[in-house]
Amino acid sequence: MGVDRRQFLKIASLSTLLGIGGKAVFELLAPGELEAAVPLMEGKRWAMVIDMRRMTDEIMDECQKACHSVHNVPNFGDPKVEIKWIWKEEFEHAFPDQENEYVADEVKHRSYLLLCNHCSNPPCCRVCPTGATWQREDGIVMMDWHRCIGCRFCMAGCPYGSRSFNWGDPRKAPKELSPDFPANPEFPTRTKGVVEKCTFCDERLAKGELPVCVEAANKKKEDLLIFGDLADPDSNVRQALRKHFTIRRKPELGTNPNVYYIV
Amino acid sequence: MLDRAIKGSNKYWGWLIFLLVIMSVGFACYLYQFKVGLKITGMSRDVSWGLYISQLTYLVGIAAGGVMVVLPCYLHDYKAFARITVLGEGLAVAAIVMCGLFVMVDLGQVTRMLNIIMYPRPKSILFWDMIVLNIYMALNIVILWNVLAAERKGIHYQKWVKVLIYISIPWAFSIHTVTAFLYAGLPGRHFWLTAIMAPRFLASAFCSGPALLLLICLIVRKVTNFDPGKEQIRTLGSIIAYAFILNIFFFVLELFTAFYSQIPGHMQSIVYLFSGLDGHGELVPWMWAFVFFAILALVLLIVPGTRRKEDTLAVGCVAVIIATWIDKGLGLVIGGFIPNPFDRVFEYWPTTPEVLITLGVWATGFFVLTVLFKIAVSVKEEIAA
Repeated sequence: MGVDRRQFLKIASLSTLLGIGGKAVFELLAPGELEAAVPLMEGKRWAMVIDMRRMTDEIMDECQKACHSVHNVPNFGDPKVEIKWIWKEEFEHAFPDQENEYVADEVKHRSYLLLCNHCSNPPCCRVCPTGATWQREDGIVMMDWHRCIGCRFCMAGCPYGSRSFNWGDPRKAPKELSPDFPANPEFPTRTKGVVEKCTFCDERLAKGELPVCVEAANKKKEDLLIFGDLADPDSNVRQALRKHFTIRRKPELGTNPNVYYIV
Repeated sequence: MLDRAIKGSNKYWGWLIFLLVIMSVGFACYLYQFKVGLKITGMSRDVSWGLYISQLTYLVGIAAGGVMVVLPCYLHDYKAFARITVLGEGLAVAAIVMCGLFVMVDLGQVTRMLNIIMYPRPKSILFWDMIVLNIYMALNIVILWNVLAAERKGIHYQKWVKVLIYISIPWAFSIHTVTAFLYAGLPGRHFWLTAIMAPRFLASAFCSGPALLLLICLIVRKVTNFDPGKEQIRTLGSIIAYAFILNIFFFVLELFTAFYSQIPGHMQSIVYLFSGLDGHGELVPWMWAFVFFAILALVLLIVPGTRRKEDTLAVGCVAVIIATWIDKGLGLVIGGFIPNPFDRVFEYWPTTPEVLITLGVWATGFFVLTVLFKIAVSVKEEIAA
């Protein structure tokens, strides 16, 4: 990690000397990161703000494709045993607690991008009997696929349906649905009998890269997915939250979810 | 005393072999599940616990129910029950053996089971459930063995056994309270998020456990020379009646809170169970069977004439066991997952291998129960002779 940062600073200062200019290099090295203000290894409370007003179904599909391919998530084509880290859901199912009888058409009829909320008070970590799922100091709710015993208590505990269980061997997923599985040889595949979910791309953050869904979405439209540190009052996410009205999924449960939706 | 287990009639051996056959079929299915994973069950992303965990929940109740003969005997000095306390303890041991097996067959990675001990997480109720169940089993084995050994030698059991007995009584309450806490503390699962879960579990435990014990006592009387006693059976009948009435009362309290408040989250699972939700109603006939057997049990247990007559009391006990099993061993766990966190209905129904594994575990429990009761009854026959 230290090496990465040092390299980053070295390249940045060298290029400044060469007169290429700071901002351009920042953008080049980590697109969209400039506003984050905090390096991606040093956040205290990571959060995501999703601008649903400008979101489209195609972009959400892109996000899912990017995530599931980078993280070797198989497709079984069966909702019963489905594994998903990030996915689309209709308004009334994404926000079942929003009992408004009449909702603006555009809010009601679009799909929403769902993923693990990386709650500040995560029930899944509370119920896990082995510490196979735990919360990092920067708020990310992690999974240790080597320690998980597959009791699925976390799935009962998660009020967001963000957790998937490997009911069978992921390598046995039908080839026609997961042709290039496992697509990313650098990311571990899982074994049968363990729970998995989104980890806010901890492996990418460690390298100073943004989560892959953020990268995929922002390639299409800038600042569609804003990822940053809630603990920093000047961060991109805090600015976005100050500027726009946002909602979260089931905040009344006290889990304190860290994914916000601009509707 | 262990030798009593290997000296028996042809009927005894026939029964054990019958159980062994079911156990083998279940074990073969389990090997298949171990190889390909839990996808051979009916469980899914949405109903992520099924028959296995609901059997665990039901059987913790049976185990705790054993205390209903121990408590009157040792705390109220009700001497008549001294004759059958070992049977209550034997039932508890067999039930906990099944609980342990049901947890094991439910785990996705059973070979990593010891992680619960190697990386203990005291915030997890599952950790505490493991602790209280194992200690309860150990307590019951030690007590049963020492009391029986003393009885055989015609002496009074040692003082430290009495201490363990006193510990085992509140411990029985603890196992089912902790099991209720597995469910009653999860945000977003409205059906389970109720403070009355633990009392309801205990009430159902204190009728279903003694009901099973009563039926086994009647069988013991028929197939052996040991008579658990008329008075004992009659008292058990009263205990079952009170506990079952409480159980149904607590259930009705749930109905009131849900349907008077009209809060959708509180109503939906109950609606799903009893009349179906969004066109799905797989459990509806089961839940109405529960209602039928609950009413039958209430009538047979409350009317003094039918409660005091052993054959109608036996029918009442069968009704209690069926009703509590549907309520807790089926509806409670599955109903809690429906609707799912997205307010959608995905149903669950166990598959054939899943049912066979479940039967295999039950057969294992009855195997342990038979052997324990054989030892206990042989000793009692010996004393009587």
